[in-house]
Amino acid sequence: MATETTSHPAGTDPATGATATAGGPSAQGAAQGYRAHRTLSFATEFRRQATRRRTQLALGFMVLLPLIILIAFEVGNRDRSNRRGRDGFAALADIATSGGLNFTLFTLLVSAGFLLVVVVALFCGDTVASEASWGSLRYLLAIPVPRARLLGIKLLVALAYSALALLLLTATALVAGTARYGWHPLRTTVAEEIPAGTALVRVLGIAGYIAVTLLVVAGLAFLLSVSTDAPLGAVGGAVLLQILSSILDQITALGSLRSFLPTHYNQAWFGLISSPVQTDDMVKGAIVSLCYATVFFGYAWWRFSRKDVVS
Amino acid sequence: MTRRRVVAASVILVLVVALIGWAVRPKSDSWRTESRMLTVQTGPTGTVPISLDTTLYLPKSASAEHPVPAVLMAHGFGGTKDSVASDAEDLADHGYAVMTWTAEGFGRSGGEIHLDSPDWEVKDAQRLLDRLAARPDIVKDAPGDPRVGVVGGSYGGGLALLLAGYDRRVDAIVPMITWNDLATAFLPEATGKSPTDGVFKKQWAGLFFGSGGESGGVPGSSGDTGADAGTVGNGSVPSRGVPGRPAVNPQCGRFAADICAAYLSIASTGHGTDEAVALLRRSSPASILDRIKAPTLLVQGQADTLFPLDQADANARGIAATGTPVQVAWFTGGHDGGLGPQSDQDRTKYLMLRWLDHYVKKQPGPAPDTSFTYSRISGLDANTDGVVALGYSVPSYPGLNGQSRTTVDLAGPPQPAANPPNGTPAAITSLPGVGGGALSSLVSGRATEVPGQHASFVSQPLSAPFDVVGSPTVQIKVASPTGEAVVFVKLYDVDPHSGPTLPDSLVAPVHLTNLPRSVTEATPVTVTLPAIDHRFAEGHRLMLSVATSDQAFATPAQPTVYTVAAASGVTLPVVVGTPIASPNVIWRWVLLALVIVLAVGIATAILVARRRRRRGDLAVVAGYADTPLVVDGLRKEYADGFVAVSRVDFRVERGQVVGLLGPNGAGKTTSLRVLMGLTQPTAGAIYVFGHRLVPGAPVLSRLGALVEGPGFLPHLSGIDNLRLYWRSTGRPEADAHFEEALDIAGLGDAVYRKVKTYSHGMRQRLAIAQAMLGLPELLVLDEPTDGLDPPQIAEMRTVLRRYATGGRAVLVSSHLLAEVEQTCTHVVVMHKGEKVADGPVDDIVGDSPTVQLDVSDVDRAEAVLDGLGVRGVAWDGNDRLVVDLDGTPRADVVAALVKAGVGVDRVVPRRRLEDAFLSLVGGDTKASGER
Repeated sequence: MATETTSHPAGTDPATGATATAGGPSAQGAAQGYRAHRTLSFATEFRRQATRRRTQLALGFMVLLPLIILIAFEVGNRDRSNRRGRDGFAALADIATSGGLNFTLFTLLVSAGFLLVVVVALFCGDTVASEASWGSLRYLLAIPVPRARLLGIKLLVALAYSALALLLLTATALVAGTARYGWHPLRTTVAEEIPAGTALVRVLGIAGYIAVTLLVVAGLAFLLSVSTDAPLGAVGGAVLLQILSSILDQITALGSLRSFLPTHYNQAWFGLISSPVQTDDMVKGAIVSLCYATVFFGYAWWRFSRKDVVS
Repeated sequence: MTRRRVVAASVILVLVVALIGWAVRPKSDSWRTESRMLTVQTGPTGTVPISLDTTLYLPKSASAEHPVPAVLMAHGFGGTKDSVASDAEDLADHGYAVMTWTAEGFGRSGGEIHLDSPDWEVKDAQRLLDRLAARPDIVKDAPGDPRVGVVGGSYGGGLALLLAGYDRRVDAIVPMITWNDLATAFLPEATGKSPTDGVFKKQWAGLFFGSGGESGGVPGSSGDTGADAGTVGNGSVPSRGVPGRPAVNPQCGRFAADICAAYLSIASTGHGTDEAVALLRRSSPASILDRIKAPTLLVQGQADTLFPLDQADANARGIAATGTPVQVAWFTGGHDGGLGPQSDQDRTKYLMLRWLDHYVKKQPGPAPDTSFTYSRISGLDANTDGVVALGYSVPSYPGLNGQSRTTVDLAGPPQPAANPPNGTPAAITSLPGVGGGALSSLVSGRATEVPGQHASFVSQPLSAPFDVVGSPTVQIKVASPTGEAVVFVKLYDVDPHSGPTLPDSLVAPVHLTNLPRSVTEATPVTVTLPAIDHRFAEGHRLMLSVATSDQAFATPAQPTVYTVAAASGVTLPVVVGTPIASPNVIWRWVLLALVIVLAVGIATAILVARRRRRRGDLAVVAGYADTPLVVDGLRKEYADGFVAVSRVDFRVERGQVVGLLGPNGAGKTTSLRVLMGLTQPTAGAIYVFGHRLVPGAPVLSRLGALVEGPGFLPHLSGIDNLRLYWRSTGRPEADAHFEEALDIAGLGDAVYRKVKTYSHGMRQRLAIAQAMLGLPELLVLDEPTDGLDPPQIAEMRTVLRRYATGGRAVLVSSHLLAEVEQTCTHVVVMHKGEKVADGPVDDIVGDSPTVQLDVSDVDRAEAVLDGLGVRGVAWDGNDRLVVDLDGTPRADVVAALVKAGVGVDRVVPRRRLEDAFLSLVGGDTKASGER
């Protein structure tokens, strides 16, 4: 069998894999017009995901939730005078209606623990697994979209949708809350009130910190997504781990071990509504989150680039 | 799961369990304890034997050769030695011998409660010092003089101060949340009058007395050096005395008679007599401050209505006056606020250790600075559901007058305020005894005033924030028809939104006499408000409230109406402290480093990937450069050891439609998966136009495929699916040839419907159309006719044959012989993961020399056939014979059989491929997976 090889002549652009001479296949044998770095662009994947009902519903709910909370506050019993706040939740819930910023803060507080976790797990856990279950993954890989690129684009788009969800939630709460309760300084029951302008920056900072903590969920969901063909398994698995971590965090007997739990610092953003701002726990939380996310994303990448795609 | 995964999972599990086990492993104590009942000679004459319940925590390293310094650790009121066990263990762990004991009158110790009397409790402690001095394993400054510090909170803190005043052997003390003068603590008066004119703090006094009568104290409040056991009689029916002990006076419990009498006298009249005040003062450090030479660290609570900050201030000034080093620290807890947030506990513990290490352990190094530190609630704690406090420091203790003073004007006319009969209803400012909750200051800061019983004077909104650290002062004028008035002066912080809060619930009680009837004739009196640490934010107002009643204090029973006027603005002591830098700044650098490492790592990974792609295998096997597909020695073995393809070689040339034929599981699909770059071959290679095929190889772009069924986004229409797919290739839209592809799919208007509404066949046709997008030079179709109607199958055949013209090639896999025979120009037969035959269909297909005969009588037919000279006859079950005619015309054979009287039901000509297939497969059509 003939195995003599010839090196391809110069005159090609190896970076793009396209020949200088139009018409024929490139040095790497690609079809005319094919360039690895042009396959599955961010915009294309964004569109692919945008057409999905679950994307539309999840984003729609992000808009709806603040409005539901607002209505609940309106129709609910306005007499809250006998409530005695003894924890952070009550401290923020009691004064949620004192201004648009407070309302936004409350909305973030009630969403961060579970709703946003589910939404992020949905975006990141579903993205590869659903392609595998539809069977479209193998056709994307046969285009061919390089595996690293497929993963990178899919991850970026999933993260972009997650960020969009968080942003929509924050923005809707801010707009609806301000329209109903007015533009007032941010108040807490323990610390000093924060002027509205500064508080807006802080609220955005809080949303940003929540985004960082959600990277853990995103990473795990993504890892599961490349490991399974069942989208629900990936989403559920990520949420389950989050719940497990929260349960373990309740067990104070674990002592300093709890600092290593991915959810331990999830509410460290309370530091941003302190005066002055306390960032120590947020810094630690960011470190923990980034470490977990790196491990999860890295392992997902390593796994997918070596995996036999048999679905 | 493969064995490798099981091993990997087990290793990880073991590692995790080991890590957790290591982290929570029981740590062996670095100390041991000696618990015993010690009998000491005490009392005014030093001859009364009292047994004390003691525990000595001794570091294991302590010995006569290596003696250790000692610490006396005294507990709070109502507690026992067990209340301070965890603090004692901490100090023992730091290398101190810690002596804890249950004070006289509490727990299992004998004797009576004398409120830290110099004749009793102080003498007890001196005897304990003697015991320490007798031990060889304790460091001594001189014979009989042990190296010892005294630490204690509240009742224990009072003892620390008094012991240091009465015994020079004490080397350092750390009194916490304790008193300077019991008389002014229980009978305060904010215009500077003596306790005999003071206002009785009846709630705290009652609590104190109640919990002292309870002999057992409150169990389980371990680690609580600070607080006294401050619940009302333990919440149960007061049981005076302990079962098994001689009955004691039910009125006094275990209190000494003189203390009991003083309490009963004050509590029943609401006034302190000279004798009672003198008795309390004997138990107060105020009397002996000038004799204290031991360096003193004073820790006082800001949320403390029992022993407010001015008690510590008096101690600090008195001790520092003689040149003794004094450091003052405030924290956000106290008798009302409890231990305070973790950050406060850490700070006070750090200060205490630093103090003891220098003055008792005599660690080398400069003396600890005497900076003043305090803290302020700054926000919510995410981890404990409590609050966090931020510490501030000032280089030296400024006292209660602040570093500077500023005056804020108050407005408001003179107002009447009614004194309720018997003090009911009363304003509620603090709830003594419920302290310790995480947010108690938050809750108790919301004081309730009784309408009509207070006068209030409000400032303008503050134009700048004030950090008030110390005692504000204000002048008021009061008129009373009785000539006497008891009022409670409070300074509220009024938030424009949430209303007034009373910082730390602190109240200044004022007792005025010789008052005129009209407020215009009244002389202004200066009221020193309670010392606070509070930031009055910009935009807030100050509100001075003068109330006639307070639940925590005794007030005149007679109903009266006072008139109150503010005679001056409020003078605020201002201190600008430096926030204490967090010890965790290191983590910010860690985070920064982590982010940089990640950014660099990701950038490197991208660059490496690009470079690898650039350097990608450009080599072309020259011999194959024009051959669409060469499969060379392909082998695929899965991780679990299953061999799907053992060895396959074949070629697809331009213009060919090659059929890959084999039963289910022959390895066809696995070969195609490798061909699409979905799986990696174990051995061998696939070349497409001479380019070796690896996952993601660019040459795949010249290949269109349908493998293992269609894969579409079900929520999109067929046309959208095709368009999005093509868009994903990033190639020019003009190259796609949508029209041709859709034509082949033949879906008509159905292409505009969602794919999830499609039938199996429609999806299959759409998938073939997708594979043909861009008219790839090599088309790979896996079971393309699956789900298609017969007419569509027929059409597909022509489409594929036509597609292969013009230099393109098609590879079709199928397990249906007929399909391959009718569609393909060439065929590759696979079985059990191996190629068993290949070649042009025409070579293989076509009439075979054999024929299948269904006859009525097999035996006779065989005889007849033998006579005809055919090459071979094989019985194929029932009435069936397979005959190799070897050129004999079929008509002759049938005629001969019929002539011989054998009925012929059927004559079926056989074709070579079928023979080849069946003989190769050997009738064994089990999937290779079942081998």
